[in-house]
Amino acid sequence: MTRTLFDKVWSQHTVTDLHDNSTLLYVDRVFLHERTGSIALKSLEEKERAVVKPEHAFCTMDHIVDTFPGRGDDTLMPSGKEFIQSTREAAKRANIHLFDINDKDQGISHLVSAEQGITLPGLTVVCPDSHTCTLGALGALAWGIGSSECEHALSTQTLHVAKPKQLHVRFEGKLNKGVTAKDLILTLISRYTSAGAKGMAIEFSGPVINDMSMDSRFTLCNMATEFSAFTAIIAPDQTTFEYVKGRPFAPKDQQWLQALEAWNALKSDPSARFDNEIIINCDDITPMVSWGTSPEHSIGIDEILSFDKSKQADSITNALDYIDIEQDQKLIGLPIDGVFIGSCTNGRLSDLIAAGEILNGRKIKDNIKAICTPGSAQVKLAAEKMGLDLIFKSAGFEWREPGCSLCFYAGGEGFKSGQRILSTTNRNFKGRQGPGVRTHLASPLMAAAAAVEGCITDCREYI
Amino acid sequence: MNGLPLEIDSTPVIQPLKRHTGIAIPMLLNNIDTDQIIPSREMKKVSKNGLSEGLFAGQRYLDSKSNNREPNPDFVLNKAQYQDATILLSCKNFGCGSSREHAVWAMLEYGFRIIIAESFGTIFRTNCLRNGILPITLKHDVISKLSDQVIVDPVNNTIDIDVANKVVNSPNGDSFNFELESHFQEMLLGGLDFISLTMKREKQINSFIQQDKLNRAWAHLK
Repeated sequence: MTRTLFDKVWSQHTVTDLHDNSTLLYVDRVFLHERTGSIALKSLEEKERAVVKPEHAFCTMDHIVDTFPGRGDDTLMPSGKEFIQSTREAAKRANIHLFDINDKDQGISHLVSAEQGITLPGLTVVCPDSHTCTLGALGALAWGIGSSECEHALSTQTLHVAKPKQLHVRFEGKLNKGVTAKDLILTLISRYTSAGAKGMAIEFSGPVINDMSMDSRFTLCNMATEFSAFTAIIAPDQTTFEYVKGRPFAPKDQQWLQALEAWNALKSDPSARFDNEIIINCDDITPMVSWGTSPEHSIGIDEILSFDKSKQADSITNALDYIDIEQDQKLIGLPIDGVFIGSCTNGRLSDLIAAGEILNGRKIKDNIKAICTPGSAQVKLAAEKMGLDLIFKSAGFEWREPGCSLCFYAGGEGFKSGQRILSTTNRNFKGRQGPGVRTHLASPLMAAAAAVEGCITDCREYI
Repeated sequence: MNGLPLEIDSTPVIQPLKRHTGIAIPMLLNNIDTDQIIPSREMKKVSKNGLSEGLFAGQRYLDSKSNNREPNPDFVLNKAQYQDATILLSCKNFGCGSSREHAVWAMLEYGFRIIIAESFGTIFRTNCLRNGILPITLKHDVISKLSDQVIVDPVNNTIDIDVANKVVNSPNGDSFNFELESHFQEMLLGGLDFISLTMKREKQINSFIQQDKLNRAWAHLK
């Protein structure tokens, strides 16, 4: 019987099949953060349940921690300190490795998990964060869970999961100038809607994926949750192995060789069957930008925003009202108030390099609030070694400490009501970056170009 | 295939849900995300409690940023006829976005026990079931029909849900079947705790791990 990559990882982790097609699945790694991890650990303590394999659990500070230089436990978010300190204490009591606020390896969980070799090809990895699917880029089966499931995973090292249906997405052709993984995923979601992969496990493949860097693969898999997928996965290859090798928690010596042998078998059989298949020709894709309040509300930078007026649904009218734009126009030239570069979607070194190439020797437009938050301390350090911090700062950007930062407004720092923001993040939901804030999602190239022009701009003019 | 061990001795950890009749509130939009259900700024404490005040805070209060909680009279949750709603009707992809279980805790504390929608965010749906809220998937035209019947007289035109038989009874007496995995159904009917059920499989899990350490030594730290 032929099997997909997903089938193979799934069966390796099956403790037992239960009724209803649900499976008791062994979980290799659990990653926590201070917003939900603290609640999960506290709840376990209250029920007098132990973390059964603390060596397979990790924790970081990313969601609530401030990103200003010189930050500490105090946060602009009024009760942030309580989350930070209770997480630190609970992690210590449970004997869980913590990447604390000013640790040299601190950062957004999904970046740290990859950089440290905590997530490896073929592992099952969970975290109480919907963007855990990011790590599918390594060939891991990684998915976001809630706090209750997190408690379950910590106290039993397993989860009950119904095996999802499988979707194969092949990216054919070549990437045009100025087109990035961000534009691919926004294209996919805009064409097939934000519920398009409802509950499914996606495998991304094709020549475009084969040529793609690890950083771009992370970006692509990151937004599978915006497509309502259970998760996404990419078969590990030489690019993956080179990325993983030598990382602190990665296998070494004889175990590395055993791992490589196992990882080389992690690919879908040639005639493996999926429940559905989508083929995207990348030759047709241009830089994308979102116009509304769901990632499915995205169009190519050359396109005119238009809808069939007879069929216009409340959801579309609502989005247009909130974002305050008219239809039958292009998005180019729409004035913006702020730019944010960072997040688990686009806060990696190659994202900062791409934006830095546009910003180098240029200034951002007056009155634009522009912030760059590297996704991890490792990314920040590498960027600073290349002098990228100076390029960003002299262009007029703020250069921040790592964390989730302005990807969402947690009650501390946010953009102002009514402001229009070009953001490299993953969600343009109502109020996501602050009450009344209008978010447009795009790539780091588009964000840098917009910062320079002070309006939504075609980044290809700068490349 | 093994069934779950249902020789239950655990006390209910969630409020059992067997049959529920209640007032339904229609929010017929697509993609109502968990940021809308509870904005990040409303998750103020390291706790599962005290979150209902933040439910739909962005739309529920006139000034959503300050502590002034003056209700927005235009928002459906604030309308007199829906004050005691326990059932919510929506469209596609309800609860998409962030995995925050706070969205479910806030809805539960407010009093919701049932959400009927065309589809749900995957993580949100599991979070609901883990906390004793039943997410029911029905087709668009059925939800429209339910909504049309409810809005005529929300307080009296209640919807009735029979969890044991997996049936929704509309105010006009129409019945609609829904699907629910039997392990979740058992959890809801008995108010049971997944973790203690799984812990009964400790031996099975440990023998899996022993074998796995031989098969995939590289995957185990220590």
